[in-house]
Amino acid sequence: MVRKRARRGRPVGSDEADHDLAIQTHGLTKAYGDLVAVDNLNLSIRAGEVFGLLGPNGAGKTTTILMLLGLSEPTRGRAEVVGFDPTRQPLEVKRRVGYLPDDVGFYAELTGRQNLRYTAALNGIERRAANDRIGQLLEQVGLADAADRRVEQYSRGMRQRLGLADAMVKDPSVMILDEPTASIDPAGVTDVLALIQALARDNGVTVLLSSHLLHQVHQVCDRVAIFNAGRILAQGRMAQLAEQLAGDQLELEVGLEGPADQVEAALRAVTGVTDVRRDPRDPSLWHVTGPQSIRGHLAGDLAARGLSVRHLRRVGDELDEIYQRYFTREADRGHAA
Amino acid sequence: MATPPDALVLVDPGVVRATPSKPPRFGWQVVASKEFSDGILSVRLFILIALLGLAAIGAVYSTASYVGNNAQLATGASGLFVLLFSHQAAGSQVPSFAALVGLLGPLLGIAFGFDAINGERSERTLPRLVAQPIHRDAVIIGKFAAGLAVIGLVLLAITLIVSGVAFLVLGVSPSPDDLARLAAWFVVALAYLGFWLAFAMLCSVVVRRAATSALAAIALWIVLTIFAALLVGIVASYLAPVPANATVDQQIANTELQLDLARVSPGTLYSEAAAYLLDPTVQTVGIVPVAQQTDNRAIPSILPIDQSLLLAWPQVVALVALTVVCFGLGYIAFMRQEVRA
Repeated sequence: MVRKRARRGRPVGSDEADHDLAIQTHGLTKAYGDLVAVDNLNLSIRAGEVFGLLGPNGAGKTTTILMLLGLSEPTRGRAEVVGFDPTRQPLEVKRRVGYLPDDVGFYAELTGRQNLRYTAALNGIERRAANDRIGQLLEQVGLADAADRRVEQYSRGMRQRLGLADAMVKDPSVMILDEPTASIDPAGVTDVLALIQALARDNGVTVLLSSHLLHQVHQVCDRVAIFNAGRILAQGRMAQLAEQLAGDQLELEVGLEGPADQVEAALRAVTGVTDVRRDPRDPSLWHVTGPQSIRGHLAGDLAARGLSVRHLRRVGDELDEIYQRYFTREADRGHAA
Repeated sequence: MATPPDALVLVDPGVVRATPSKPPRFGWQVVASKEFSDGILSVRLFILIALLGLAAIGAVYSTASYVGNNAQLATGASGLFVLLFSHQAAGSQVPSFAALVGLLGPLLGIAFGFDAINGERSERTLPRLVAQPIHRDAVIIGKFAAGLAVIGLVLLAITLIVSGVAFLVLGVSPSPDDLARLAAWFVVALAYLGFWLAFAMLCSVVVRRAATSALAAIALWIVLTIFAALLVGIVASYLAPVPANATVDQQIANTELQLDLARVSPGTLYSEAAAYLLDPTVQTVGIVPVAQQTDNRAIPSILPIDQSLLLAWPQVVALVALTVVCFGLGYIAFMRQEVRA
């Protein structure tokens, strides 16, 4: 009888309070001398979600990931990954966590398949089962035809896909992907992201991915944490983050035709509007600031004055804007201090 | 194995699940077997076999023809077969096979160790490797074991080729005693090459670039082979000076100090041990006072192998200790390093 295994990392009937958290950290800190790479990090990632760790290069993303895998020891604080402490039980964690390192490398003189076989052997997977699984994974990542070519002939995108297959070989319950979309072309990015999503969905894997390119990864992330200089600036769903940032103030981008002074007067006359600015690049665009409530009546009020709105967009919905603003705000704070 | 009931939950039948991934108990063996097959198929292996093989055949051919031309030397001599490996033909520039291994052998160790760790770093495979469920030391232990196995295979192949040549040229077949001596020598030679492997691996841990680490290992090799005698002479004459009107005691003190200092070098340890093991007439590699030689107090005799082993024992222990220290340093350095470059 073929016995199928339940998904690991989801203890059935467990009454532990945190059993649906795949990864959590408490005050995780890593300092190299005076340099604090990761500062008092508190993360909680639920089982089954795709979580994005976003931040510029050097923000401490890779350091965090290495600590989660038990490859680097935290200076303070602790982490728990699939129920184990990576510092004390690194093997238990590494059995269950697939890892795609930043700029992944393979043994160039071996074929893609041979590289995966080595990983399978290191995980103690029995040879025949490993071959079946590797064949299927190579199929899934679209490398079935290239599987028996040496990795030195692979393109970057192919290497990245092979890296995903490699992280999946051990049938992980968590995948940690460090910059999975970096340095591959836009078409490759779409491929890789679709693949991550498919792998996560089909295999019920929790995914933690890090990236410095917000606009690339936001579609696949359920939640994100914005991370800079070792600290989390914000955490949550994208929409939540936008609100968190804007507070009660709302900025709308309004496209209106008509003489500038007339339009400006009309906009200022709308109840609640506190500020009106003309877009420096496109004279037909106006930036209007006011409380959340103006969204409901702005278009109507303008129509009543005979102006038709041909474009209305909330500034800050675009992810890169959110991202950008977090960092500008942070920089301002730095200047003030 | 007891499976908890919840393990029976069906998963999508289309998904091939890896059967219980139980991490290998001996992760180093998995690393070693991969590294071994890499080593066996590598170009550097063929280059080294060709280089050492040709040199070794030349050495034995030279010794064999010398012995063949001086038949009276050979008559009734015991241990003739092993002499072919250790005896340098009088007046010949070609060193004996054993000396050749002492001279060129380090190249083998260096070739299979100089890029062990920094190669994984520059290929960016190290983070992926250590993220697998193996202990970190499995990487360095596995690589050392595989390197030693490959080197041992090369050494064995060359020794067999050379034995074949010796057999063809002289028609001498080895006695059981000869074989035992050869086997003992093989172990010592392997320990000697193991030292160089360990040293090259230490370089590969400490030095980031493979080329630099190869250079560092080769530098030590050259210093120890070419300049060691010179350095030892200088240090010894500083610590135990030999004035113009030196007494015998002063001269002996100086020579003994030189010998002791030279024994810091694994090459000296190896050649002394090889001399004991491959030549049953050698009773000492130290100073033989003239008085003793003329008085014939030491009866020239053929030593049984166990006596030769006893004589070579201190050198063997020292050689193994040097190897262990070198490997230990590399091990510690590797364990303390950050995974990220």
